[in-house]
Amino acid sequence: MKCPECDATITPPKDVMEGEIITCPDCGASFELAKGSSGFELKPAQTVGEDWGQ
Amino acid sequence: MSSGLSILYDTIRWEEKSLFDAAKKTGVNVEMVDCKNLFVSLDKTKEKFETVIQRCVSYYRSLHSTAALEGKGVNVINSLNTSIFAGNKLFTHMLLQKYGVPTPFSAVAFSEEAALETLESKGYPMVLKPTIGSWGRMIALLKDHDSAEGIMESRERMYPIYQVYYLEEFVQRPPRDIRAIMIGDKVVAAIYRYSGDGQWKTNMALGGKAEECKITKEMEDICIKVKNAVQGQIVGVDLMESKEKGLVVHEVNNTTEYKNTVRVTGVDIPALMIDYALKSRK
Repeated sequence: MKCPECDATITPPKDVMEGEIITCPDCGASFELAKGSSGFELKPAQTVGEDWGQ
Repeated sequence: MSSGLSILYDTIRWEEKSLFDAAKKTGVNVEMVDCKNLFVSLDKTKEKFETVIQRCVSYYRSLHSTAALEGKGVNVINSLNTSIFAGNKLFTHMLLQKYGVPTPFSAVAFSEEAALETLESKGYPMVLKPTIGSWGRMIALLKDHDSAEGIMESRERMYPIYQVYYLEEFVQRPPRDIRAIMIGDKVVAAIYRYSGDGQWKTNMALGGKAEECKITKEMEDICIKVKNAVQGQIVGVDLMESKEKGLVVHEVNNTTEYKNTVRVTGVDIPALMIDYALKSRK
């Protein structure tokens, strides 16, 4: 997969799941894995929300 | 065959992935449900879910999806009551008081002026916390009148929840607090969380470091009271070692994180959570 930000190659782990956050090893941008028509696609990850927590 | 068990998430972190893996290891088929794709008809139609482990990282998404599903008869862990009680530090504090759980001294004021008066009468320093919030966000140490006034003035321009001035004693303690994980009636693991460099807050999200903490009878007794107070099933209890009062509880987490607890204690918390959820099925 190509990083939409810097075009570096991103290799998701073998057991990757939809919704998982992947970080580009080159530019550090974070993406969420979404299922598209041709397998997994990268979409920009939501930045930390004001109400995020535990 | 379906186990009737679902994990409701909005972001897959280590915690959610490990829950899925733990279920898989025991041959249990769990459904991973992205809350962002969830649509719930708020009527009397039957919901397809049976038991749901609530894992949304967004507080409002978690609270409202729990309300919708539980309202339709789904067994949600934790329950709506726990989400409401543990999601608000003031609500939690009042319940802990009622159940005889030791806590830091806290006070609430509903205007900047009243908060400043409280601080003058109780003395500095005190900690100003939003009643709703996590990961140490917007928590401020008020050291003197000038800093308190400046911080509260900025809060006056924010969303109204930030004008509920929840003030907590700045507890004299070692540079650490304790996170105890409760599953059902048992404390299954506990860690010390040490402040990160240049920090007084101990949140792991702020770079704190973790170390195993021995579970004592005192800690377990307190945590059981806490669990009962918030009607919790799987909760993270945050305690401080007050030099004056001994163990005090300052927070309860209803979608607790446990990555660092598993890492330093070796306790298989995800497997214990799956086991608990399966046993709780109706």
